[in-house]
Amino acid sequence: MTDVLETTPPARRTSRSLTLSVGLVLVGLHVFAAILTLIWTPYEPTAMTGGRLEAPSLAHWAGTDRLGRDLFTQIMIGSRIALFVGAGAVAIASLIGVTLGVLAAFATRTLDDALAATFDILIAFPTLLLAMLVVAATDSASLFSAILALGIAISAIVARLTRILAKRVLAMDYITAARTAGSSWASIVFRHVLPNIWPTLSVNFALQFGIAIIAEASLSYLGLGAPPPNSSWGRLLQEAQGTVYTAPFGAVAPGLALVSLVIGMNLLADGLRDIGDPTRRGRR
Amino acid sequence: MLLRLLPGDPANALLSVGADEAQIAAARRQVGSDLPLPQQFLQFITSLAQFDLGTSFVSRTSVLDEIMARLAVTVPLTLLSFLLAIVVAVPLGIIAAVKADRWYGAAISVVSQLGIAIPVFWVGILLVTVFAVNLRLFPSGGFPPQGWNAPLEALRTLFLPIITIAIVMSASLLRYVRSATQDVLGSDYLRTARAMGSGFGEALVRHGIRNGAVPVVSILGIELATTLLGAVVVERVFTLPGLGSMLLLAIEQRDYPNIQGVLFISTLLVLLIGFLADLAQRFIDPRLRERSGSQP
Repeated sequence: MTDVLETTPPARRTSRSLTLSVGLVLVGLHVFAAILTLIWTPYEPTAMTGGRLEAPSLAHWAGTDRLGRDLFTQIMIGSRIALFVGAGAVAIASLIGVTLGVLAAFATRTLDDALAATFDILIAFPTLLLAMLVVAATDSASLFSAILALGIAISAIVARLTRILAKRVLAMDYITAARTAGSSWASIVFRHVLPNIWPTLSVNFALQFGIAIIAEASLSYLGLGAPPPNSSWGRLLQEAQGTVYTAPFGAVAPGLALVSLVIGMNLLADGLRDIGDPTRRGRR
Repeated sequence: MLLRLLPGDPANALLSVGADEAQIAAARRQVGSDLPLPQQFLQFITSLAQFDLGTSFVSRTSVLDEIMARLAVTVPLTLLSFLLAIVVAVPLGIIAAVKADRWYGAAISVVSQLGIAIPVFWVGILLVTVFAVNLRLFPSGGFPPQGWNAPLEALRTLFLPIITIAIVMSASLLRYVRSATQDVLGSDYLRTARAMGSGFGEALVRHGIRNGAVPVVSILGIELATTLLGAVVVERVFTLPGLGSMLLLAIEQRDYPNIQGVLFISTLLVLLIGFLADLAQRFIDPRLRERSGSQP
């Protein structure tokens, strides 16, 4: 095998760092907007500041909604909600998923097989469907129930990946050495397994972040997400569809915001993977 | 079934606010929620074995009949989008891998990156805006009441939903096809075939397709299952009376027999699709026939 790093043409490497930079810029813009909404928004989010369903103008960059509220303000708040949901869902998914995955990797064969089969069955169901059922199980739709639902739905994917990665590490000679030296179960998990699987896991977290954002928007679109004062992009799009005959532009801006954040996250994941795993640098 | 363990008595769904104790007890008897849970579970399992999915709390119609009526919308919608996505994604994915150094190969890859970041309902809304509102070529939603007895009308209403699903599906499929093709391109057997005098195209067709198809088929199975159940959002965009919108309505109304029925049937379908994908893989790759069980 040739040395991948040396045969990688310089142009390729530039496009790698370009991937990461574009991802960082896109995500950074959303993070900036989200933090900004905590102290300042162009208009009061609930104030009727213009005519109904106005087209985009200098005063209202994305136009106004059916009550005359500024859409750009609501989209900025949407960034905050999306980032919050994404981070919350990924945090829950990693907590449940990594724990179960490591447990399965260490478990006896029967328990491992049972857990692996459970992960596979859960993964066969779409994230959105699982999330819908969890929302249905909690009494009323709220931002918290959406985060919990998505976190649980994604945790199976994280668990399966963790299990496979952890098993690979556990087969290594240095684990046998650590065991022979009398290392405890906990020390093997925290000293050897987690640090080794962390780079791959974190790339996957970035991808799941994007998936969670799309799924949250879908839940809100279906009316199963956070209730009205929260201007989730999915709900903005659902409202825009209702007025699509009179104000077709309303469906454009929230969608663009959503897509730009998800693409940013995916590019970030790609860039991180290339940094973490030099063997992939040569191929695309 | 697990849903029954959760807070909220399904009997409440039958009652209006301010019902008295006797009415509540009668409603409980009717839905069976007055029985102890193990007994409810036993009843549920025995009726499942007889394919009796019960009757809906809300509409009082047979759950199985309702599901069958809705599958008549969801199955054609899913299968047609699936076929369209394959027809688009397979050639484009191969081109994206083989011509990665040309601008159009790279362009295909970039567009597919965009495709996986777009929520399917936004594609639907945009298509409605352009083709139903502005150009008035297709209806913005609904399904003819006479169903497939009006085949042309039914196809016309399904046209935009099919395109919507196919766009998003082919984007993700394309990435898998491209990556499978890349693996084939880097393989030793392809180099050997070239060294033995096969043309590039001939080597790719004779040796590449069979090898590259195995991982793609397993992805196809997953994608098909996802679409079948994930069509719920698209069904909402185009107000189609499919399986997904039945589930959504059932969740909103806490109509437990309907929720259970849809989940039961969709689990069966998911298992069936997985089984078929497995069979297809064995058919394509003889080596898989000899191995028993799946890889770890």
